[in-house]
Amino acid sequence: MSLDGAVADLRRRLLAAGVLAELGEPGVFGLGGAFTRVFDAVDALYVAAFAHLRADVWRFPPVEPRSLFERTDYVASFPQLTGSIGVFAGGAAEHAELLRVRAEDGRWEDLLVPGGLMMGPAACHPLYAVIGGTLPVGGRNYDVLGSCFRHEPSPDPMRLQSFRMHEFVHAGTAASATAHRDEALPRLAAMLGSLGLEVADVPANDPFFGRTGKILASNQRHQALKFELVTPVYGDDAPPVAIASANYHEDHFGTAFGIFDAEGGVARTACVGLGMERTVLALFARHGMTTSEWPEPVRSVLWPHG
Amino acid sequence: MTDHADGDLAAIREALEKFGRLNRPLPEIADDDDLFAAGFTSHATVNVMLAIEDALAIEFPDELLNRTTFASITALANAAAQSRGSR
Repeated sequence: MSLDGAVADLRRRLLAAGVLAELGEPGVFGLGGAFTRVFDAVDALYVAAFAHLRADVWRFPPVEPRSLFERTDYVASFPQLTGSIGVFAGGAAEHAELLRVRAEDGRWEDLLVPGGLMMGPAACHPLYAVIGGTLPVGGRNYDVLGSCFRHEPSPDPMRLQSFRMHEFVHAGTAASATAHRDEALPRLAAMLGSLGLEVADVPANDPFFGRTGKILASNQRHQALKFELVTPVYGDDAPPVAIASANYHEDHFGTAFGIFDAEGGVARTACVGLGMERTVLALFARHGMTTSEWPEPVRSVLWPHG
Repeated sequence: MTDHADGDLAAIREALEKFGRLNRPLPEIADDDDLFAAGFTSHATVNVMLAIEDALAIEFPDELLNRTTFASITALANAAAQSRGSR
């Protein structure tokens, strides 16, 4: 089967089984009960696997202030993935115009104006604004689960425009941050392996935009800053799909948000992030659409109490 | 190693001065010194590249858009000469 055929087949099976429901735009789905039950079990397992970090828990809304978004430099590197919130700020005349355009099936959204909010592209961005200041000796760990928006419409159910990422972030020194990344990746790989997923860790780069992005990607690979855990979803001939990543950000966020280590140096940060929807869907792709028929060892890891 | 046009070297140094965010004063940095060892970051390379391209009216070809191109002032001058040759 071709890759396109395999993508269409997985999508059809997920929809037919009610794991996902179509909402009318690529990469935006309703998530059914079976999906949600697996999601919750995977998430609990993940949190248990990283309980030793004693991480501070933070949750953030799916939108972030433009001022915060600016500090991350995201739009310089990833303009193609960026989304901004448009709002209606007019009066009666503008409302009348909007209704006129809408009645003609026109694009009334063109009459909205930027509302000062951006779609959050990474779960951990708002965290750096919260932790600004000086860290304790040894640094600190954080647990962040949040929604990410990335404008990359695709028929592939493994590539959503809106999805959740659960991250364990460390802020500290270069040594403590790289140690966090390098310790977290095999731990996460073992957890995914216990769910019957074949995973491999591979060096990776982010999809930086354009000509300048080629340099950033080349640097990221050269410095071995990013690793992904990939798993086959569409057969052995197709490229495997990344379901998790581990990143060392150097001083990017420490500088941007004024975070300092206990010695007063600019903090280094690193994170391990699990793509929650991708992981859940990879499990359905691997074990089938009916969770009651999944292999007993996998079921007992996910639902130890039945 | 070719002799580089003085204009190229001056433009490269000016771009590094403005956008390089190096941790040593530029006059102390020799043409063959490792720029990454002097605090050059990947995000800074982007702005330096755009400034050099603008100043010299060249465009680095895709195969030069990598870390090696930005390793030193000499490497940047070689890349500038090569970009001109490829037009």
